[in-house]
Amino acid sequence: MEVTTKHMPYDAWQDNEYIEKLAQELRDSGTNIIVGSLDKLINWGRSNSIWPLTFATSCCGIEFVSLGAARFDMARFGWEVARSSPRQADFMMVAGTIVNRMVPVFRRLYDQLAEPKYVIACGSCAISGGPFRKSYHVAKGIEDIVPVDVFVPGCPPRPEAMIYGIMQLSRKMKVERFFGGVNRQERRIKFYKEHPECE
Amino acid sequence: MQDFSVITDWIHTFLLDTLGCPSWLTVTIECLLIGVGLLLVYAVLALFYILYERKICAWFQCRLGPNRVGPWGLMQSIADMFKILIKELIHLKNIDKFLFALAPYLVIIASMLAFAVLPWANGLQVIDFNIGIFFLLAVSSIGVLGILLAGWSSNNKFTLIGALRSGSQMVSYELSVGLSVLTMVCLAGSMSVGDIIAAQERLWFIFSGHIPAIIAFIVFLIAGTAETNRGPFDLPEAESELTAGYHTEYSGIHFGFFYLAEYLNLFIISGVASLMFLGGWMPLHIPGWEGFNDVMNVIPGLVWFLAKCFFISFIIIWFKWTFPRIRIDQMLKLEWKYLLPINLFNLVLMAIIIVNGWVL
Amino acid sequence: MANLLENIAKEFPTATIENAEGKTTITVDDKEWHSLAVRLRNDSQTPMDYLVTIVGMDWSESLGCIYELMSSADPEGKILAVKVLAVERDGKPMIHSVADLWDIAVYYEREVYDFFGIIFIGNPDMRRLFLSIDWKGYPLRKNYDDNPILNPVSIENERQSDFTDVWMEDANGNVSKTTRRIFQPEDFVVNIGPQHPATHGVLRFRTAVNGEEIKKIDVYMGYIHRGIEKLCEDLTYPQTLHFMDRMDYFSAHNYHHALCMLYEKAAGIEISRRAQVIRVMMDELSRIASHCLFIGTYCMDLGATTMLFYTLRVREQILDIMEKTCGARMTFNYDCIGGVMQDLAPDFVEDVKALLAVIPANIKEYNKLFTGNIITKNRLKNVGVLSNADAKSWGVTGPSGRASGWACDMRKLRPYSIYSELDFEEVIAEEGDSMARFNVRMREIEESAKILEQLVDNIPDGEYCVKVPKVLKLPKGSWFQLTEGCRGAFGLYLESDGTTKPYRLKIAPPCLNLAAVVDHITAGQKIADLITIGGSMDYIVPDMDR
Repeated sequence: MEVTTKHMPYDAWQDNEYIEKLAQELRDSGTNIIVGSLDKLINWGRSNSIWPLTFATSCCGIEFVSLGAARFDMARFGWEVARSSPRQADFMMVAGTIVNRMVPVFRRLYDQLAEPKYVIACGSCAISGGPFRKSYHVAKGIEDIVPVDVFVPGCPPRPEAMIYGIMQLSRKMKVERFFGGVNRQERRIKFYKEHPECE
Repeated sequence: MQDFSVITDWIHTFLLDTLGCPSWLTVTIECLLIGVGLLLVYAVLALFYILYERKICAWFQCRLGPNRVGPWGLMQSIADMFKILIKELIHLKNIDKFLFALAPYLVIIASMLAFAVLPWANGLQVIDFNIGIFFLLAVSSIGVLGILLAGWSSNNKFTLIGALRSGSQMVSYELSVGLSVLTMVCLAGSMSVGDIIAAQERLWFIFSGHIPAIIAFIVFLIAGTAETNRGPFDLPEAESELTAGYHTEYSGIHFGFFYLAEYLNLFIISGVASLMFLGGWMPLHIPGWEGFNDVMNVIPGLVWFLAKCFFISFIIIWFKWTFPRIRIDQMLKLEWKYLLPINLFNLVLMAIIIVNGWVL
Repeated sequence: MANLLENIAKEFPTATIENAEGKTTITVDDKEWHSLAVRLRNDSQTPMDYLVTIVGMDWSESLGCIYELMSSADPEGKILAVKVLAVERDGKPMIHSVADLWDIAVYYEREVYDFFGIIFIGNPDMRRLFLSIDWKGYPLRKNYDDNPILNPVSIENERQSDFTDVWMEDANGNVSKTTRRIFQPEDFVVNIGPQHPATHGVLRFRTAVNGEEIKKIDVYMGYIHRGIEKLCEDLTYPQTLHFMDRMDYFSAHNYHHALCMLYEKAAGIEISRRAQVIRVMMDELSRIASHCLFIGTYCMDLGATTMLFYTLRVREQILDIMEKTCGARMTFNYDCIGGVMQDLAPDFVEDVKALLAVIPANIKEYNKLFTGNIITKNRLKNVGVLSNADAKSWGVTGPSGRASGWACDMRKLRPYSIYSELDFEEVIAEEGDSMARFNVRMREIEESAKILEQLVDNIPDGEYCVKVPKVLKLPKGSWFQLTEGCRGAFGLYLESDGTTKPYRLKIAPPCLNLAAVVDHITAGQKIADLITIGGSMDYIVPDMDR
């Protein structure tokens, strides 16, 4: 199953094996034709309507602003409806360093997002702590705090990289299942089991 | 001119005489048909409007706007709607659950009721009764109740401030909307929507009422923008001040209702403006230019009505993407110190003009 | 200032005055410090009305503070440093507070308390500034234990307190601890931030409101405190440079320039004229980009979203120029010790000329779209008036300070690099309201363009980077330097112990003051005005938090 988005050939993607693995898992469990078609419809809606949460802590946030501006224009993909209230957003672009004091706030923001929710770790600070990894007051990557769907490396990542990252997220959404199968809630419970300190 | 009452009459006689239904059943079936029809129109219009605004604002901002989902991004708002429909509804602790759930329905019902009297085309109107305009003003102000309830029941300080702002804003600007409509009712001599449109057959009110009509039109546009909570009067949901204002705590389809209602209110305000000032579905007629009038009559009324609505919506969207937001005290000052006196004066002016027969 | 020093020497015989390399340092005991501060603050000729920064120090054997003072009446902008050692009382290091003399000292002292645990006697607010209330240890002390077990990354909500400890000294010289309430129980406190579209990052305001009116704001910082000062102590001099890009990311070039200059001054490195011109040009390009983004985001905060897209257009053009030369859109890491990393891109001159050609038209457009608008005028005029005296007392520098009529442009006051040769005007407005702050930035774009025009055709040939030793060791000593970032005076204090790593690098960013003053000027205004005022101050949160 070739999962791609409009105007981007399948071969141009960097990590097709991963998506194929996901698609394989989806197919393996088998599905009813009606439920399967409904799933497709739902996934089409979800993957084409990804609304970000207005959330940025530092430099990467400015590149995210550039992403919204005329040159990179994320509105083309329908991502420009940035919601300030986490209840109405679909994904969180963690753009910038997350420090100890911010962690509880960040975590609460994540909890406030309505399902289905996704997280993109954007920039090296969010991925690993980046240049501040050795600091006494920086979380070493957000993966220990919330489950992350896509990592976008860079310091800060270029807007093109961000577009690529969100498109990858969109691709991931396309191989998900709304009816049956392992849903996100169960996966989250698994995540908490693996990271007991987060619960 | 096409007359849709031929079709509606035919349906009525078909049900009553051909099928031999009793009259109560006929009315029920007709109501159901109308309900389904309105719901469809409602949904399609809202989706169209969302895309319309996104495209227009993109053009203002030298951008392209949605263009990846479907041709020219036409499917974008449909995708959005699918997503919102299946998004989680978050149940909050310590809220007034009943009011919290009721609020979005109140908002959406208010805008739906207003659809009842909008004249889509000649004969294509749900109900035409003698206080049509009055009914429209009355039901459209139910919306504020929903907003107040939403703000109050969410147990959140931002929503509360948003709701209070919305309350004071609606109460104030309702006056201006009412008075500017009243000015035009004076000119028409009737509150019935059908009569108002019929009175514009010779010439639209904005031309025939000249100075007072133009003043009323401008006041109506300003007050109407404020009524729909749109920029520069978007204080109840001022994004940079109150995150999302009164609907901060709403998620999923409940938020979707607020989102849709915002655009439908925009359509209703444009609809009323086109009805009161630009002749509703009435084509552009110029007295004496018979040939021109005949050509205009070829264009169906539905097209005229929608075109006028979209034009006025365009102006309101233009406002929003141009002006900075106004502050709460300045907003109230604008209404009570400027718009209201202007309106009252305008009403008197209109009366003088009508009495003296200075109407064009 | 010479008179002042003579008088001080007479009046305070215990104080020692040192003059070294054009820098004056007074060393004084804590006992006499407050009276000396009063004397300095109220001098008749050159009152030291601008407290640049308080540098907390841990000299291993003792803790102390270095106060960097400046007088706005001094045309040369000379800096006077006062060194005070902390006195051990009840087992805690203490110094007398000067919060009654300079308003901003409250925040500076809280910062020193946060990092070094020095208690300031008489400061009305002795909470931690950046770290959470339960943080164990004082991170900038040399013996700080950074074991993550002591201060784990926790997702539990931070403990919150409405009370602050206050240490007061009575007439007999006994120090006692009392508590003070920040917000009253009946206050309706709205929490704005850390995730809020209008706080420009993760700043948090706890705002007591009365309806739409603001009664009091308590500013919480530290939601992006990354401990850059501590990190620098473990890195060699060239390695510390890249942090400058990540503080105020719009002033990346300016901050980089400042730190490189400081190291070059300390190491006695002369850089080529070409490198200086390149650096100044990059600084001014950043300033234009920064002010453009300010205008855009400010208008967006006020609800005029469209402006953002128009201003970002110019910014993108500048970023293109920088990308061609530096290879990045942000965090350039371009200036290095001895010059710049690489030579200019071949079409740099051409690109800059193209940029200069479009700037006047763009400014005209901005004025047409936003500044001339009646709603804008109503929203900005007479909102958040910051008086001249308050601006100095709060240390509000940069365009915001200049809008209050204070000539605080370090490029003019303490010219560095080649600024003394350039012809540009220091933009000053008198009103001190949000409109003035907006307009000053607008006009500064034109002034920066003027500087670029002078330089673009006169980039001298030569090497872009002089040879510097691979391992850079600075001699023992301390240096303080003030330069102009995009948002105000950027101070750097360096203390070297003769090794390859800084012993202490104190960064005094302008944005701390800009955020601290918000409480003072919003009292009694509307909630919407908080956005107007906060936006017009144009603070960058990672800059103040470091």
